Amino acid sequence: MASVPATRLFRSLVVPVTLLLCWEGISRAGWVTPLILPSPTAVAIRWVAYLTPLEPFDAAAGPWWRWALSGELPHDVFTSLLRIVVGFVIGAGLALPLGLVMGARPLVYELFNPVLQVLRPIPPIAYIPLAILWFGLGNPPAFFLISLGAFFPVLMNTIAGVRAVDSIYLRAARNLGAREGTLFWRVMIPAAMPYILTGVRVGIGVAFIVVIVAEMIAVNTGLGYRILEAREYFWSDKVIAGMFTIGLCGLGIDLGMSRLNNRLLRWHRGVEG
Amino acid sequence: MSAPLDGGVAAPAIRARGVRKVFCAGGREVVALDGIDLDVAPGEFVCLLGPSGCGKSTLLNAVAGFSLPSSGELTALGKPVTGPGPERAMVFQEYALFPWMTVERNIAFGLEIAGAAPERQREVVDALLAKLGLGDFRDRYPKDLSGGMRQRVAIARVLAIDSPMLLMDEPFGALDALTRRSLQDELLRIWAELKKTIVFVTHGIEESIYLADRVVVMTYRPGTVKRIVPVGLPRPRDPSSAEFNALKREVTALVMEEQARHQADEAHATAD
Ligand SMILES: Nc1ncnc2c1ncn2[C@@H]1O[C@H](COP(=O)(O)OP(=O)(O)O)[C@@H](O)[C@H]1O
Ligand SMILES: [Mg+2]
Repeated sequence: MASVPATRLFRSLVVPVTLLLCWEGISRAGWVTPLILPSPTAVAIRWVAYLTPLEPFDAAAGPWWRWALSGELPHDVFTSLLRIVVGFVIGAGLALPLGLVMGARPLVYELFNPVLQVLRPIPPIAYIPLAILWFGLGNPPAFFLISLGAFFPVLMNTIAGVRAVDSIYLRAARNLGAREGTLFWRVMIPAAMPYILTGVRVGIGVAFIVVIVAEMIAVNTGLGYRILEAREYFWSDKVIAGMFTIGLCGLGIDLGMSRLNNRLLRWHRGVEG
Repeated sequence: MSAPLDGGVAAPAIRARGVRKVFCAGGREVVALDGIDLDVAPGEFVCLLGPSGCGKSTLLNAVAGFSLPSSGELTALGKPVTGPGPERAMVFQEYALFPWMTVERNIAFGLEIAGAAPERQREVVDALLAKLGLGDFRDRYPKDLSGGMRQRVAIARVLAIDSPMLLMDEPFGALDALTRRSLQDELLRIWAELKKTIVFVTHGIEESIYLADRVVVMTYRPGTVKRIVPVGLPRPRDPSSAEFNALKREVTALVMEEQARHQADEAHATAD
């Protein structure tokens, strides 16, 4: 049935293409000014310009791929992703051990839970003034805000995951001769992995939101900064091109996460393959 | 096997004297076990039989060391039970396989954490996969196996650590009748070959007579030993034979008395 994938591709393209055509039509008809809504072609042209290198290729300056990635857009994407990675690693790196211990030790849970319950509902965005007071401008406040955004989803899911570990696995492992360390590394963590990965996924999602906001406020590089900067010059086409890039990055992260998920949870019910 | 003590009587693999277990549930005390006296000889196959709630699992968990008696004396393999240990390997009704490990890693787990060399692990796993007809499932995850296959893996997992004693809590309770019969036969074969001491919990009357050297019929609340019925029939046993059925009638009568008390208790509980 060769027609089935083709039919599905067609169906999935109908609405986006129609929307683009309407948008293009509206812009060309002159119903709205390009400042409010630039045409898709203008956005696409701007996007390509944003993507391509500023300098002509010079073999002496370095390998071709470095030149190919020297445009403004690759640089912004790289900067933003790096911030997400650093912030996420800090946030998740603190949340994971704390979550594991809080999940496994009721005493630790009782000690830390009240503070966390109070802090958790505060959106990371609300920390922006404090982050700037504490860390000034530049990367440090951005890292702080992103790690904060990643911290709570990972923490809460890890706690829930450890608490949901079926005690029969612990009993079986103990019965086979496992001691505390083995129980922790070989039973508790893998059994809690579906929850932990959910936390990681949500945490990265939040980190992605926070990075854009942080870049609009605390720094002058990255995708978030770029679209704000474009607005100051009234480059609506570049704003939209930047938004589109942010969307693509988010999609890429999500696809990567879901592949990681499927790989790490091949054993899990409901995951195919 | 272990050396005979005084006058040719082997030291018991399990020895229970006056074992009592009290649970506190919602402010009320439940006497799950009371005054249990039981000896299980090395290499013996014993079934614990009784209606649900009569304390079979409680007694087995006490021997396994998961939940120690409130009072009384309980020794296994000559040592007082103080906690779980690999010399008293447990097979659970829910299989309790680690779902994140392949069949191979599940079977090798006990050896691995004991620090066995990878070649040794592989050797043991190969032998057990062959013995239990699991050869094609080495790299599968438990979710991809049928109930019968999972329970084979669970049995292989405890056989891998070569424990002298197997504690089995309704291991075949969730299987269909045909799968159950084939696993029963396989278990008997393994038992005859490896000379393990087996304590097998069941509420199946026919299952207990088919398997056991002795059937320990328990009373309901408190759980005590009501009667120990020796099954003298040669194996393989034929459940349709006259002797088998005579025993089955006898054991059924004993269990039904306790079942009636169980039901009266349930009716009482719902009337509360
Ligand atoms: N952890 C527990 N807390 C409170 N009561 C329990 C607990 N475990 C078992 N019981 C009670 O002890 C009795 C015996 O239970 P159990 O050993 O599981 O019976 P069986 O395995 O024969 O069905 C039951 O009445 C049950 O309600
Ligand atoms: Mg039970």
